[in-house]
Amino acid sequence: MLELKNISYMAENDDSSKEILRNIDLTVSERFVAITGPNGSGKSTLAKIIAGILKPTEGQILLDGEDITDLDITERARRGISFAFQQPVKFKGITVYDLLKLASGRNLSVNEACEYLSRVGMCARDYVDREVNASMSGGELKRIEIATLLARSTKLSIFDEPEAGIDLWSFSNLIAVFERMYDQMGGTILIISHQERILKIADRIIVISDGRITREGSGSDMLPGLLDSVADDMTACERIDVV
Amino acid sequence: MALDQIKLNLLREIADLHGTPEGAYNIRADGETYGRATTANIDIVSKTDKSGIDIIIKPGTKNESVHIPVIIEKTGHQELVYNDFFIGDDCDVTIIAGCGISNCGSQDSRHDGVHTFHVGKNARVKYVERHYGEGTGTGSRVMNPETVVYLDEGSHMELETTQIRGIDDTVRKTTATQAAGSSLVITEKLMTHGAQRAETSFTVDMNGDGCSANVVSRSVARDKSFQLFKSVINGNCRCSGHSECDAIIMDDACVSAVPEITANSVDASLIHEAAIGKIAGEQIIKLRTLGLTEAEAEEQIVAGFLK
Repeated sequence: MLELKNISYMAENDDSSKEILRNIDLTVSERFVAITGPNGSGKSTLAKIIAGILKPTEGQILLDGEDITDLDITERARRGISFAFQQPVKFKGITVYDLLKLASGRNLSVNEACEYLSRVGMCARDYVDREVNASMSGGELKRIEIATLLARSTKLSIFDEPEAGIDLWSFSNLIAVFERMYDQMGGTILIISHQERILKIADRIIVISDGRITREGSGSDMLPGLLDSVADDMTACERIDVV
Repeated sequence: MALDQIKLNLLREIADLHGTPEGAYNIRADGETYGRATTANIDIVSKTDKSGIDIIIKPGTKNESVHIPVIIEKTGHQELVYNDFFIGDDCDVTIIAGCGISNCGSQDSRHDGVHTFHVGKNARVKYVERHYGEGTGTGSRVMNPETVVYLDEGSHMELETTQIRGIDDTVRKTTATQAAGSSLVITEKLMTHGAQRAETSFTVDMNGDGCSANVVSRSVARDKSFQLFKSVINGNCRCSGHSECDAIIMDDACVSAVPEITANSVDASLIHEAAIGKIAGEQIIKLRTLGLTEAEAEEQIVAGFLK
């Protein structure tokens, strides 16, 4: 179980500071929780704070009762937090197989690596030896990113807008991956998304707006009225993305 | 002369050899010939006017290999060796060279090697060269390899050079002259640490229509080491040339890249790419989210980069 207590975050720039998150109190114990809200509302910042990439200005983070606020990225990863980047990181020379081995933390066999790739809809033999570099498309990188989280299989998996930056064809496949993941993942999935089809899978939906939690509730209760109001907060271009 | 454990270790590091190899070979240890074998198609002859050997490969020789490792264990040993390769037309062969120095003494050990390749028409050659140093002595381990390549019409050569650790000072010089339709691929992998210095230079003259050259260097400079990469590609005809220098700089190291491309023909197409930078912070963060420490993440990124 993940608990966030009174989390605030101020982004410091040269001479100014801006409040990004304010007094976030949140407990996550369900299997699939979605965080949604307008762009710039602080969702990704919150995800990075949970993973240890950003340090909150105030507040406390507990994982299964343990205070992890002062633990760094590595220590949190070892305690069971995984994080899928919105913009997957590219490497030179590190292959898909290398990355999956590192993610699993053991000497993964090629067959096991291929199994993870198959689960994200990739033809494993074509990819296992490819470098995770700039030659890969956004959709390919996203799926590999998700496969690394499957290989880790930790108690908490955070996905930061998995739908961002991929084409429509890849998106349909991605949704299918998350639909399957609900049954396959042992731990909790915390996903930041604007996508109706992802929100539909969620046990609980949390809306963040202007750095605060403005609404939360079960998926079935929240969804009907949510899409209209979220769309109202978006620009025309963002609405096209959602469609 | 029997090979002791240190020499056997050097052989393993530079050529993956666990004893004498199959096929043709010439093993040079502390300036003497430790062992030599020839085959029906590959002859190895000692030079009479200076130190070194001639390797003569008959035309049409396919799927054969030659190992010519050099190992130095005696502190203070210094040598200059000339090895000439005559590769006949239509051959398809692999040549594995390399030099390992173990210096546990106080005097400098040094190997200077000049390798000249005459690659016949339509022949294919893969040349692998690995340099390695070890030992706890205060004496330096120095290597200065020079590679000279003449590619005849339609020939192809892949040249892989690797120097990952232990060489204190090196000046690596490679020159190539290409005839029509020939192709050359050079891949260099280099890592320096401590106060090491490495200077590499490539000069390629593309003289025959339809030839191509690709020079790729990947390097990592750590601690207070220094690297200088120079590449000169001259397109003198209808040809395509590409050179790429990609370096990771760490700690207090210094890396300098000096690319030069010259087109002496309107039909020459030449590209140079150079990038020097530290390890991207996001790469380290990504690997840390998988449970690696910062140091482990750096090691993985460097190992992948130089793989």
